Amino acid sequence: MKVLIVGGGPAGLYCGLLLKKAAPAHEVTVVERNPPDATYGWGVVFSERTLGALADADAKTARAITDRFVQWDVIDIRYRDTAIRCGGQVFAGISRKTLLGILQRRCDELGVRLRFRTEVADVPDREEADVVIAADGVNSAIRQRLARQFRPAIREGRCRYIWYGTDRWLDAFTFVFRETDAGLLQVHAYPFDGTTGTFIVECDEPVWRRAGLDRMSEAESIAYCRELFAPELGGRRLLSNNSKWIRFGTLVTARWWHGRVVLLGDAAHTAHFSIGSGTKLAMEDAIALARALEQHRDPQAAFAEYELSRRPVVEAFQQAARESQAYFEDLRRYLHMDPPQFAFHLLSRSGRMTYDALQVRDPHFVDRVNRWFAAAATGAPTTASGPVVAPPPMLAPLRLRGLALANRVVLAAGPGTAEGEGIPGPAFRRRVADLAMVGPGLILTGPVAVEPDGRITPASPGLYAAAQRDAWAGVAASVRERSAARLAVTLNHSGPRGATRPRAEGLDRPLREGAWPLVAASAVPYAPWSAPPRAMDRRDMDRVRDAFAHAAVLAAAAGIDVLVLQFGHGYLLATFISPLCNRRDDAYGGDLDGRLRFPLEVLDAVRAVWPADRPLAVAFTADDCAPGGLAREDAVETARRFHAHGADLIQPLAGQTMPDAGPAYGRGFLTPLADLVRNEARVPVLLAGYLVTTDEVNTALAAGRADLCLVDPPHLRARPEQDSRTAEPKVGTTFR
Amino acid sequence: MTTQSGNGIRVGVGLPSAVPGAAGELLGAWAARAEAGPFASVGVLDRLAYDSYDPFVALAAAAATTRRVRLVTMVVIGPLRNTALLAKAAASLDALSGGRLSLGLAVGARHDDYVAAGVPHRDRGARFSAQLAALRAQWEDGRFGPRPARPGGPELLVGGQSDDAFVRVARYADGYVHGGGPPRAFARAADRARAAWTDAGRPGGPRLWGQVYFALGDAAAEAGARYLLDYYAFTGPFAQRIAAGLLATPQAIVQTIRGYEDAGCEDLVLLPTVADPEQLDRLADVVA
Repeated sequence: MKVLIVGGGPAGLYCGLLLKKAAPAHEVTVVERNPPDATYGWGVVFSERTLGALADADAKTARAITDRFVQWDVIDIRYRDTAIRCGGQVFAGISRKTLLGILQRRCDELGVRLRFRTEVADVPDREEADVVIAADGVNSAIRQRLARQFRPAIREGRCRYIWYGTDRWLDAFTFVFRETDAGLLQVHAYPFDGTTGTFIVECDEPVWRRAGLDRMSEAESIAYCRELFAPELGGRRLLSNNSKWIRFGTLVTARWWHGRVVLLGDAAHTAHFSIGSGTKLAMEDAIALARALEQHRDPQAAFAEYELSRRPVVEAFQQAARESQAYFEDLRRYLHMDPPQFAFHLLSRSGRMTYDALQVRDPHFVDRVNRWFAAAATGAPTTASGPVVAPPPMLAPLRLRGLALANRVVLAAGPGTAEGEGIPGPAFRRRVADLAMVGPGLILTGPVAVEPDGRITPASPGLYAAAQRDAWAGVAASVRERSAARLAVTLNHSGPRGATRPRAEGLDRPLREGAWPLVAASAVPYAPWSAPPRAMDRRDMDRVRDAFAHAAVLAAAAGIDVLVLQFGHGYLLATFISPLCNRRDDAYGGDLDGRLRFPLEVLDAVRAVWPADRPLAVAFTADDCAPGGLAREDAVETARRFHAHGADLIQPLAGQTMPDAGPAYGRGFLTPLADLVRNEARVPVLLAGYLVTTDEVNTALAAGRADLCLVDPPHLRARPEQDSRTAEPKVGTTFR
Repeated sequence: MTTQSGNGIRVGVGLPSAVPGAAGELLGAWAARAEAGPFASVGVLDRLAYDSYDPFVALAAAAATTRRVRLVTMVVIGPLRNTALLAKAAASLDALSGGRLSLGLAVGARHDDYVAAGVPHRDRGARFSAQLAALRAQWEDGRFGPRPARPGGPELLVGGQSDDAFVRVARYADGYVHGGGPPRAFARAADRARAAWTDAGRPGGPRLWGQVYFALGDAAAEAGARYLLDYYAFTGPFAQRIAAGLLATPQAIVQTIRGYEDAGCEDLVLLPTVADPEQLDRLADVVA
């Protein structure tokens, strides 16, 4: 077989030598347009796991690489004039030039033909190559030739960055965050041989322009960065290799092969440099492709196998890289954080590093975070004189107005079923009492109606009558008697989602009999099969506002500790906020001010009667998950307004504005939204997005993505209160 | 890992209704044999453009020879079918089996089934949502019979891997039916289903059904792998993955059952890949 590899970078050379090694009869040629010793970029990074994969694929190459690389296990984070270290992060760096030299020599040894200074801009004839491997980088000419088949798409990032080298000796991977008059600039620097390091400077586009970097010459740019990062460079130089300020383009391709041609490494995909995996992914691609070509006679079967095995891995890295890239683009959002939290947030940015994982890697770092968190939680000084012994963030207290929660864990009591007229039923009362015993800081109920027409189903619990108040007082007392937990009640008006049948068999199924008239911001039915609501007039609005306030008075008398106002999930108040539901042309519709007018009236009315020392929360849909929904910046502004009007806590929600539009459900599906709302609007956040483990809770809290977390461990899941199917005797085999 | 369900797991077995060449009289007999064994359910697949039996007809044969086991479709491709006829078929099967039907529905993965049925492939998601809403309505309003054994109709399960699939589980269904794979894959899907369910404010949790392929004995394992390569040929090279996942030893089967149980699966159906009743006896031996 004749194999032509276009591009003599690490992926092309490595794939060539692996192919030749496996089948010496193959005629393998690598063509490269540059001379053998030319190179761009400075150093490349490998993780421990990649080194293992390299050793399995070709021990000789791996040994040559490990002989030459430098290793570190520490990440230094320099931020606000402090340096925080986190250990246990083992990586290795090698100069790109050295790596290429090793691979070229190994190619020579095995009989791979290397042709330098040769340009290949088109797919060669079949006589020349049975297989063409395009390893010619992100700007692959071969891929561009077949662009219609490969369908490449490049998405450019919002930051500018420049790739320098430095002769400063770095002892660790180093992040530097430096605030200037122009704004924030950051550095990603790491060593790659005994004397030199990679030094990438990055900032967002407006900062780059304000700093004048867009107009500077190469030398001026170096001088600027050298002065700005003088403390880190210690008087050493920044080295340019024709370096330019560019934006990072993330490349995805719809297919990785077509006919005889297959894409490898950067020609197929790129991932933001901040997770340092470009070369790693490319070399792993090379291993997978060489292995597939070894196993399959038919190159196309091999290509298919290669794409099938690599695509999920690459996409997972691209996802992590996108999150990491987004983090650096939105970095300003996190500059309010103290150094330990800032560092933890940075390290856990891509979702792959968690509290428990960091605990294993560097217990001292996590201890520092714990102690800072405990001090911040109790208002103690967060400096050296703070607490010496500290629990994990999950067990730190939280103070909201006059309420002290013993810890940050919230358990949900579930929707609950009422008996009689809206009175919390016995199963629900038992459930709340049971939950109090397992140690949460707070117990949160499902929606409780503020008036009879605000119920979701006829069996929804309510809080609008004296008998209900007394029953809720009993629930609150049962929690206090048993535990240090506190009780939060969610007040709701169902609006266009009212008058439905019990949810055991589905959502939003209209009542056949006894339905009550529905109201909403506009006369838009919730689902195609839903009864149409009436658009609220001023009288309706007064009544609903007063109903919320009255429910708050009853809740206060019942000894409820926290109220959550449900302004989301397509219920009544949500229909005012979302542009998808609100079609009013009066003062309560139109722009965000108009759409928030009535929800804020309700919030003000509740705050006015709710005791000043008790906290109030608002849950609202910050992402409608549908085109034309609430804009991101409006979601942040909405959270800000609610906070300004006395909401001490915000619970961001996603979806349910329309019946079939929802978020990408899974573990922690609301964490990014909580992070946005908390750190952009600077409001305390309750995160209720299917967190299951203590690790997930500690990670979200330590990183400042939330202040309180609802956790949903499967063993605490309530059994349905009434369900004919569970009542059936179970038949068949039961294991253990 | 601890058991999340705390309830144990029930094990069912598939009918060989999608194994080409399975004799018609085998299906009822297979079900009767399953009923006599340690199995809680019998399951069927759905495929139009393939040598396979109609899922409702196959389960009707099973209903006629059994009294106890649950009858599950995993899954019927909903949008291929007229909704009123689908509701009637399901209600009929539920009524004549004494309420033993669990109706698993999804949009399916094969374009050629849609072509063969003369049904548009586009917008199948939206049509599927409307179908799910309409099914319950037809069962409940009782304008025409037969009345399903339970007032709300048979247990309704939704399958699929898209984000929308999980929104549908939480909105319309009683639970989720997974499409097969290792326990790890099931666990991820179960998490997505539970997250959607809780967020929707449904009481309790979703029913969780899983399925895996098995073939016991060397010759059967070979034949089974060949069958899977053929059945999943439309997935391209992924068929090899599926064939490689075939459970071919008692050890693999008990480990998989345990893995599914730990992930919270309540009902796991082991699908045969060879239409030989001996497979059923061998499996009964492993499961008992």
